[in-house]
Amino acid sequence: MDARSESQSITGVELEEPAKSQSWLISVLDLTRRQPLGAAGAIIVIGMIFMAIFADFLAPFDPVVNNFEMMHVAPSAEHWFGTDQFGRDVLSRIIFGARTAMLVGFVSAFIGATLGLVLGVASAYFGGVFDLIFQRIMDVFMAFPLIIMALAVVSIFGTGVENLIIAITIPFVPRCARVVRSSALAIREIPYVDAARALGYSHRRIILRHMVPNVMAPYLIMITAFVGQAILLEASLTFLGLGVQEPTPAWGLMLQGGAEEYAESAPWMAIFPGLAISLAVFGFNLFGDALRDVLDPKLRAQ
Amino acid sequence: MENAVYQYIVKRLFLMIPTLIGAAILVFFLLRLIPGDICELRMAGTGGYFDKEALAICQTELGLDQSIMVQFADFVWGFITFDLGNSMWTGQPIAEEISLRFHLSLQVAIMATLTAIFIAIPLGTISAIKQDTWIDYLVRAFSIAGIAMPSFWLGILIILGLLIGTQAYSGIPWMPPIQFVPIWEDPVHNISQLIWPAVATGYRYSAVATRMTRSTLLEVLREDYVRTARAKGLLEKVIINRHALKNAMLPVVTIFGIEFAFLMGGLVVTEQVFNLNGLGKLFVESVGNHDFTMTQALVMLVVTIFVFTNFIVDIFYAWLDPRIRYN
Repeated sequence: MDARSESQSITGVELEEPAKSQSWLISVLDLTRRQPLGAAGAIIVIGMIFMAIFADFLAPFDPVVNNFEMMHVAPSAEHWFGTDQFGRDVLSRIIFGARTAMLVGFVSAFIGATLGLVLGVASAYFGGVFDLIFQRIMDVFMAFPLIIMALAVVSIFGTGVENLIIAITIPFVPRCARVVRSSALAIREIPYVDAARALGYSHRRIILRHMVPNVMAPYLIMITAFVGQAILLEASLTFLGLGVQEPTPAWGLMLQGGAEEYAESAPWMAIFPGLAISLAVFGFNLFGDALRDVLDPKLRAQ
Repeated sequence: MENAVYQYIVKRLFLMIPTLIGAAILVFFLLRLIPGDICELRMAGTGGYFDKEALAICQTELGLDQSIMVQFADFVWGFITFDLGNSMWTGQPIAEEISLRFHLSLQVAIMATLTAIFIAIPLGTISAIKQDTWIDYLVRAFSIAGIAMPSFWLGILIILGLLIGTQAYSGIPWMPPIQFVPIWEDPVHNISQLIWPAVATGYRYSAVATRMTRSTLLEVLREDYVRTARAKGLLEKVIINRHALKNAMLPVVTIFGIEFAFLMGGLVVTEQVFNLNGLGKLFVESVGNHDFTMTQALVMLVVTIFVFTNFIVDIFYAWLDPRIRYN
């Protein structure tokens, strides 16, 4: 998407050494003052992770147990976000849904970005024919429609969280590889890479120890961006019936399972899960934006 | 000079070929990895009982008994000669089956892009001019919200809003029409059906473009020539419109091009919400039916649109910025 522009601005990033004398608390407060939106994002992200980890203690009801005496109950003191067509508490399902969303989000973002990092750096380092062929393969995966890829993965391996993660990870690899590659191309020109080669270091050591640490800034930026995108993709694919299956609590599933059908009589079923998705992605994007501002000096406001 | 542009175009055209070949290989083998068989599916649908002989006849008819390499060669040859063949599922020519659905999806994509342009450029500009004021924060929050909100959820909310709104206003709940009619036959019907999915997806795409407009304009506003223009005492309005925006538009155009290409392949979810019979729905159906020829044709169509849009964006870029074509 905006990989093209990102790659231009990220090229040649050098990480600054953080001042050692500054205390940890002061630097956090300082960051909050300079990046109020980013701090808000960080709070949302931490809240979501907290919700995912402690879902068992936070949720007032069991998210999977049906209660046919309590179907379509409007939001009340007992059921803050109402109940669904099976009488399950919407709030509890949203809290447990955070677990699914965070799992899929973090795992696929991490695997996708890391594979992209290694492949992108290797492609830039080796150059030549390898780079050319690799770039063309990445082009194919960029151009290939994501939904078809997901459909194929699910048709071949079946539905479920693990296969959903595979389907979401695949499109992340070329996107990250492309951005990382353009950063790594600039780093390759810096004499210390030549020096390392003159010393007889192996390719693997030069790539992993000398080049990878220097493209950490774009890599971290990509990861945070991917987590948000993965949560959205998870919800979309699940909504289409290609992802998480009932009765596992997942936000996309809550929107699929009757939310449309009962939208008029029970709008809370459609509104709250969507809000949860939006809030989570919103948080990760705000956080990612702030991270980019901090790590990329070119974009830093003067 | 002219020669350089020409060379660049030719070079860029050749770069498209490997992507298309790669996509063809990928879709061809991916589809054949999916367990199941179209003939079994077809016969299971018609009666439940089927014998081996009938199955073999069906497979011969569809050309599935030939070796993988022959099938692949047929597929590639068909693509090169623009002959998409017949759908394995319905037996109808694919070009015919696709045409009306393609029209629908293309129109939604164009309308969504227009929506995005009308939102993104003014908002991004205001946000950049008023950097770090409450207007800027508001616009940024609005655009990040657009990226965060799933377009299918926005779609559900729009339908819900329409139902409740029309119910309150006239007493009769109104829903967008289900049947698709081309715009030249009944423009009112057509627009009243497609405007909602266009807005639902357009808002999302505007968000990416708003942020791009803002950040590139901010960069351009720091350039020396903008300072010179200010020193000359030009009106701020003239500086923004004539000097800054023009130069800031380059990456924004790229975003619109790339997003448009993504849109063509990514409408599946929106079509599901609004019950539209577009390309996305056909995609899902044809994969489910093991309709190889149809799925292959659809994937190649989307990939070709993607690759061509990128090509046009790159040419446009090179035309605007001469430094690119010499590299």
